Amino acid sequence: MIESLLDYDVAIIGAGPAGLAAAIELKHQGVARVAVLERDAEAGGIPRHCGHPPFGMREYRRVLSGPAYARRNVERARAAGVELRLRHSVVALGEGGVIDAASPEGQVRIVAKRVLLATGARETPRSTRLISGDRPFGVINTGALQSYLYLERLKPFSRPLIVGSELVALSALLSCRRTGIKPVLMIEQAEKPLARWPLALFPRLCGVPFECSTRLESIEGRERVEAAWIRGSDEELRRIDCDGVLLTGRFVPESSLVRLSHLELDAGSGGPMIDQYGRCSDPAYFAAGNLLRPIETAGWSYREGRRIAALIARDLTDPLPRSHPGIRLQCLPPIRFCVPQRLVTPIGDGLAHLQLRTERPAKGILSVRGSAGVVWQRQVHLLPERRILIPLDRLRLAAGESGLTIELEENRERSR
Amino acid sequence: MPLKDTFLQRYDVAVIGAGVVGCAMARRFALEGARVVLLERGSDILAGASKANSAILHTGFDAPSGSLELECMQAGYREYLQIHTRFDLPLLRSGALVVAWSEEDEQRLPGILAQAHDNGVDDVSLIDRKRLRQLEPALAANARAAISVPGEHLIDPWSTPLAYLQQALAHDAKVLREAEVASGDFDGEWWRLSTARGTLMAREVINCAGLHGDRLEHRLLGRSSFTIHPRKGQFVVFDKAAARLIERIVLPVPSERTKGIVLTRTVYGNLLVGPTAEEQQERDHAALDQAVLQGLIAAAVERIPALAGVPVTAAYAGLRPATERKEYRIENYPDRHWISVGGIRSTGLTAALGIAQHVHRRYAERHRHSAVETPLWPKLPNLAEHRERDWQRPGYGEIVCHCELVTRREIDAAFASPLPPGDLGGLKRRTRVCMGRCQGFYCGARVAELSAGHFTRALAEPLVANRRGGSHGKDHADD
Ligand SMILES: Cc1cc2nc3c(=O)[nH]c(=O)nc-3n(C[C@H](O)[C@H](O)[C@H](O)COP(=O)(O)OP(=O)(O)OC[C@H]3O[C@@H](n4cnc5c(N)ncnc54)[C@H](O)[C@@H]3O)c2cc1C
Ligand SMILES: Cc1cc2nc3c(=O)[nH]c(=O)nc-3n(C[C@H](O)[C@H](O)[C@H](O)COP(=O)(O)OP(=O)(O)OC[C@H]3O[C@@H](n4cnc5c(N)ncnc54)[C@H](O)[C@@H]3O)c2cc1C
Repeated sequence: MIESLLDYDVAIIGAGPAGLAAAIELKHQGVARVAVLERDAEAGGIPRHCGHPPFGMREYRRVLSGPAYARRNVERARAAGVELRLRHSVVALGEGGVIDAASPEGQVRIVAKRVLLATGARETPRSTRLISGDRPFGVINTGALQSYLYLERLKPFSRPLIVGSELVALSALLSCRRTGIKPVLMIEQAEKPLARWPLALFPRLCGVPFECSTRLESIEGRERVEAAWIRGSDEELRRIDCDGVLLTGRFVPESSLVRLSHLELDAGSGGPMIDQYGRCSDPAYFAAGNLLRPIETAGWSYREGRRIAALIARDLTDPLPRSHPGIRLQCLPPIRFCVPQRLVTPIGDGLAHLQLRTERPAKGILSVRGSAGVVWQRQVHLLPERRILIPLDRLRLAAGESGLTIELEENRERSR
Repeated sequence: MPLKDTFLQRYDVAVIGAGVVGCAMARRFALEGARVVLLERGSDILAGASKANSAILHTGFDAPSGSLELECMQAGYREYLQIHTRFDLPLLRSGALVVAWSEEDEQRLPGILAQAHDNGVDDVSLIDRKRLRQLEPALAANARAAISVPGEHLIDPWSTPLAYLQQALAHDAKVLREAEVASGDFDGEWWRLSTARGTLMAREVINCAGLHGDRLEHRLLGRSSFTIHPRKGQFVVFDKAAARLIERIVLPVPSERTKGIVLTRTVYGNLLVGPTAEEQQERDHAALDQAVLQGLIAAAVERIPALAGVPVTAAYAGLRPATERKEYRIENYPDRHWISVGGIRSTGLTAALGIAQHVHRRYAERHRHSAVETPLWPKLPNLAEHRERDWQRPGYGEIVCHCELVTRREIDAAFASPLPPGDLGGLKRRTRVCMGRCQGFYCGARVAELSAGHFTRALAEPLVANRRGGSHGKDHADD
């Protein structure tokens, strides 16, 4: 039963870096009634439980730990007059900006002129990875590990196997090191670590052996993890004695609300479809931050939140160009996705770039093709988990364009 | 009787094994006025076959005619319909469709219809392609025809046995967990049972040990009337968005060659695909297999194309306590004061109440008590998505699990209940916590914190900052 009805100019879902930055910007732009709905008891988002640097370099010109950074964002938002509605879990998105939330005081219906979705991203758990074997306790993601360590001060294991080598695996290593957890091994399925050099050296510096081209085959243990079975490049199956498995990375947008709603979802990014204004298929909805794509840094999400908030502020007084029919962007493998997925002409001053990701390392000529041929191209060297940007103001679009294709013409010799 | 035994706790009936069958058994005997003890080796109930099933309340339309299995299923079905509202247990009247995907399948439909009629399930009917499309538009175009079985329903597989046991407890039954029955002697009148939690005396033993039933019988009776051949069933659970795609349970046409898979919603609001049927030796590990899970997903997408790309929430596996024969193995040993309930393979959730009635009738041939006159009906918290959930009522404090919307109030209530969870699995089964799409990414740590002190084995240890790098306390003050 709906207990109360609220209305706002802009309702923001999620008080992570993107949501808070957006709220602050909206207030600075003079939007009167701005609320952030956050399901947790505290605002701040994922950085709240990343008790390690680096955060805040661009926003605060200094290196902060996650919790310190989160606190600053919250303070800025409060100072700007943002209404923070904590313990408000949004459960449904309705047409035209009507959203339902659960709160301990009862269910709330919120009617907002515009809604910004900023629910972030999370790592892929064991179940979605379809990992073979038993299902004991102690198979968790980095995000969970960090909440154990930094929020609850608990240690879920002491000798885990770490799976994956994206940047987030390094925060896992850091956190382990600080809390006396001794990973027995770190493995990566790809031939090379996914995080950039010189960070790739980090496991060894922490005294944790590191193996590439090695995959997790199965997990063993009745109640708790007792061992993990892995297979390396020699195809030999090995049993690794450990008491936990830490599954790092492979982020997916936390887009379950979108999936259950009328909004269009992009299968490639896993987030909502947006145009260059961050606007979803229902023009009352916008999205920003890691919900848009897996995954960027907190700083990137912050700036994206701020940028899209400025566009929302404008849309409230001076409506943005209609988004339908727009120019649909299509990606061909190995390009996994492109955000935004739709462009509205004239390109104007929305987001500055197309953001792309590749599914595997590749070299070649990246091009954007329209009905009259190539509208942009460049020689590139693509690596997974590395951002690829195409500046939107460089696309030479023909009038009446309806679709663009992004493709990579790979160099003959497949790169590694 | 040895003198030392005079001080031991005495019961009319010891039920061994707290699966759904043991819980229903404890309830039936407690209602019939017997002093009951339920002995379970796991740290919580439902530690065996009963923790993972498809949660269908079957009509018995396709069970072997004239079998004890059919009799128990139908008696169980009827009793569940009579009592579920008194426990506040959910019933999702989904109905089922036995869908024919090939010409061969289609040819079998009339036989299935006839069998259903034989079994007294009269409301089944044949449905043609056009009607099938109207009923279930998300099914793939090659769905040719179906038999509609409106009486097949969905229930809550965890709250149901818990309700049975709570009613038994309300009528003075005892339950001992972590009490594996290791050995026992029978002196012609009393069984003396040694468990991991001490020794006790019972006039009658009812073996409901599921996957270990034959071993238990062997250990205590010196022989066993059946042999368990565990049969694994793996499942994939799709995220909530998928549950909208079908209304009814989609059952396969059974054939000699293929097993076929079931697609069904759950009362928890997900969509389930499975189970497989894989013979194995191992009785305690129901291991997942990536290739099999991928196969299930592919099969599901083939039948419901819109499932393509819907994320998987969970994967799990259960073991059916099958035996060398197809039928239930309920063996009565009057001179040993022992009844074995074995081989409750794949219909036990439905049949449990009926099995308990049947076993009690056998028992009543030798012992009688005066039945409880006014039974108490403990109410179970609702976990079903089609009814009001706790988060929809004010005052819940905090949502702990965001994916499944489980509240602090529900978790506190589980710990304060007459049968608090003994391990994380037990807490999950009582509340759905950590069972959603993130599988603990957001709430795992909070749950560990909230459950501290409640489980036999703690989930996580308190953090003691290590000497060298223990500087994270500082992070809170570094700006
Ligand atoms: C383990 C780990 C380590 C990291 N380390 C670093 C690092 O060192 N440096 C760095 O720059 N980045 C790091 N990141 C990435 C960084 O955390 C993210 O980029 C950033 O938090 C993204 O911000 P966001 O606002 O998009 O989402 P989030 O921070 O995820 O915030 C989303 C918010 O939305 C809320 N929410 C979700 N659904 C709902 C709902 N239905 N109703 C109400 N509220 C909802 C959530 O509770 C959350 O507070 C790390 C991430 C992880 C997981
Ligand atoms: C994949 C699958 C799908 C299914 N789908 C359905 C369905 O949709 N509908 C339906 O009606 N049925 C279904 N079933 C069947 C149903 O789940 C089983 O029939 C039922 O769970 C069997 O219960 P049980 O009590 O006999 O055995 P169990 O649940 O195995 O209970 C036995 C208990 O005894 C304990 N135990 C063992 N040895 C000892 C000892 N020595 N001392 C003390 N305790 C001991 C164990 O720990 C265990 O808890 C399904 C089963 C599977 C596996």
